Amino acid sequence: MDLLQTIGGYLFTDIRMAAPVLLAGLGLLLMNWSGLLNIGAEGIMLIAALAAVAGSHFFGSVWMGLLLAMLAGAVFGLLFAVLTVTLRANQTVVGAALNILGLSLSTTLNRVFFGIETTVTKVDAYKVLEIPLLSKIPVIGRAFFAQMPIVYIAFILVPVIHYFLFKTKPGLNLRSVGENPRVADTLGINVYRTQYLATIVGSMIIAAGGAFLSTGLLNFFAEDMVAGRGYIALAAVIFGKYRPTGIMVAAMIFMAGNVVSNVLQVAGVGIPYTFLTMIPYVLTIIALTIFASRAVAPASLGKPYKRG
Amino acid sequence: MKALITTKMKTQGKAGAQQILVSFSATVFALALGMLLIYAIGFDPFSASVAMVDGAFGSKNAFGETLVKMTPLIFTGMSYALASRCGLTNLGMEGQLYMGALTGTATGIYVSGLPAVLHLPLTILAGFLGGALWGLIAGALKVRFGASEIITTVMLNTIAISFIDYMVNGPMIEPPGINCQTQPVRSSAQLPNLLSGTRAHWGFVIAIAFVVLFWLFLWRSKRGYEVRVAGLNLSAARYSGIHTDKNILLVMFLAGGLAGLAGCNEILGIQIRMIPEISPGYGFDGIAVSLIGNNTPFGIVIGALLFGAFRAGGNRMQIRAKVPNAIVSVVQALVIFAVVASQMLLDKWNEYQMKKIHRQESEEA
Repeated sequence: MDLLQTIGGYLFTDIRMAAPVLLAGLGLLLMNWSGLLNIGAEGIMLIAALAAVAGSHFFGSVWMGLLLAMLAGAVFGLLFAVLTVTLRANQTVVGAALNILGLSLSTTLNRVFFGIETTVTKVDAYKVLEIPLLSKIPVIGRAFFAQMPIVYIAFILVPVIHYFLFKTKPGLNLRSVGENPRVADTLGINVYRTQYLATIVGSMIIAAGGAFLSTGLLNFFAEDMVAGRGYIALAAVIFGKYRPTGIMVAAMIFMAGNVVSNVLQVAGVGIPYTFLTMIPYVLTIIALTIFASRAVAPASLGKPYKRG
Repeated sequence: MKALITTKMKTQGKAGAQQILVSFSATVFALALGMLLIYAIGFDPFSASVAMVDGAFGSKNAFGETLVKMTPLIFTGMSYALASRCGLTNLGMEGQLYMGALTGTATGIYVSGLPAVLHLPLTILAGFLGGALWGLIAGALKVRFGASEIITTVMLNTIAISFIDYMVNGPMIEPPGINCQTQPVRSSAQLPNLLSGTRAHWGFVIAIAFVVLFWLFLWRSKRGYEVRVAGLNLSAARYSGIHTDKNILLVMFLAGGLAGLAGCNEILGIQIRMIPEISPGYGFDGIAVSLIGNNTPFGIVIGALLFGAFRAGGNRMQIRAKVPNAIVSVVQALVIFAVVASQMLLDKWNEYQMKKIHRQESEEA
């Protein structure tokens, strides 16, 4: 019984840790299916993490924080779309610059808003929302039904985005833009508008993931707190073969690395702490190495489209 | 196919003057936006700029600081540029820099009994190899398994920094183990001072020497030509019988080595010993340096001068005008946006001009 309870506890942690990566992965997925490769998720998550804390601090509500974070994400997404869709700039370079901007702007604004003192400003964070009855299920009840609202939203988005992409007309249009924009264009689909929408909505979903880091997992902002999760989300999309359910599995596997490192640390097996912190990143590389060649990306991913 | 590629390369060369204009105006635009931002967050942009220029060029000491900051940026800029010339995106400069610093430090401490004339080159070679092998991992994963180097290099950054953290706190900690730092490298492995009264060191001269090597490799060697062809069009390169896989491995090895030298020189010239945070982000700075220099040797030096001055002046600005120095990186990101945007606008303008000429010609006919 004790063992089962422990496993339930691990599952709880894994689901909680996977949520931000899952959100970021789903946001990236929308962009990827529209043919855009955005490596700037890390930067979007960082500015969103700061915006969430600022919103929560100044308006006193964690939901205002989320709103502000998604607004910041939309602005970053718009910037990306203007440069890569309208001006057809190199998507990787613009994405890398988004990451630099996200890191430096969040650091600057954090120091301006909250000062450079060592005491951090704590804010209102999400409360756990227990689903009556279901959360009482033994072992898995708490893991699945006693999480913060954003975690539920992240996991509900998996079937929603799957349905949108693969069962609706707008979803089909979006995918056709990513596969072959020229054909999509001749069929009367507005390629640029589709890519703009996918980028802005996708960036807002990524931003929700960033917001959860600073107002869910923690209740303050720390410089560079995203710690590579934006890139891990990129790997999760490839590992998940460009399917929402695949991304969900990938996010849970990658973040299980966190659980393993916590377990080993508590167990005191003598592996140095710094090696344990490497586990999620090593796991990401291994997963990418094994599965990269099996994932079929949208045919026109990363290629700028020019009309006429 | 080959002729097409050659023409493509030649037209790129002709656009050199336009490129300088693009980089220059983009920088001015980004700086103006940066000033606006400083104003928006409640500081005085004028006094901030004065402090910045003063901190970068205001005195001999300030200029020396600019050279100090410039040195690693020349290396990381070349690292990104070399990979970019081959069509690769090396985002792993930071990790390669740390690994180069580690192997350099280890060689500088544990190899004893050599005169400086042997010890110093050996240590620098070790620094190169440390970064190069770290870069090669990403290259091998790409060639062998098709794993995107964009993701693997970033993951390798985090792994490298954690590993250094372990080494500095564990096996390499300075006895008796109170401070998390290694012991200093032997004096026979330290880089001599370049400008007396400043911290500028001979690493700067080494950096310039490598810029020359960078140019010789890319524009004067057969292999360099192949790398550039591969970068312009991978499938065309394969078609003309160029071994792209071999080139990817070589380029990731060399690019990693260049970034490794950034870290190694920083240790041998400035820090003298390894500490957990030797780089304030020189790795990612390399992207902007390379972009503003359009991946050319001279351009990279100019880009490194610009961002080196930003780094040196940024510290003065933070102390005197109280503006957080992270704003320097904001300006850097704005420079990247402005460079790519103006590049694309220029292309559109050229296209428009061409169309106009065509139309006139057809009307005349």
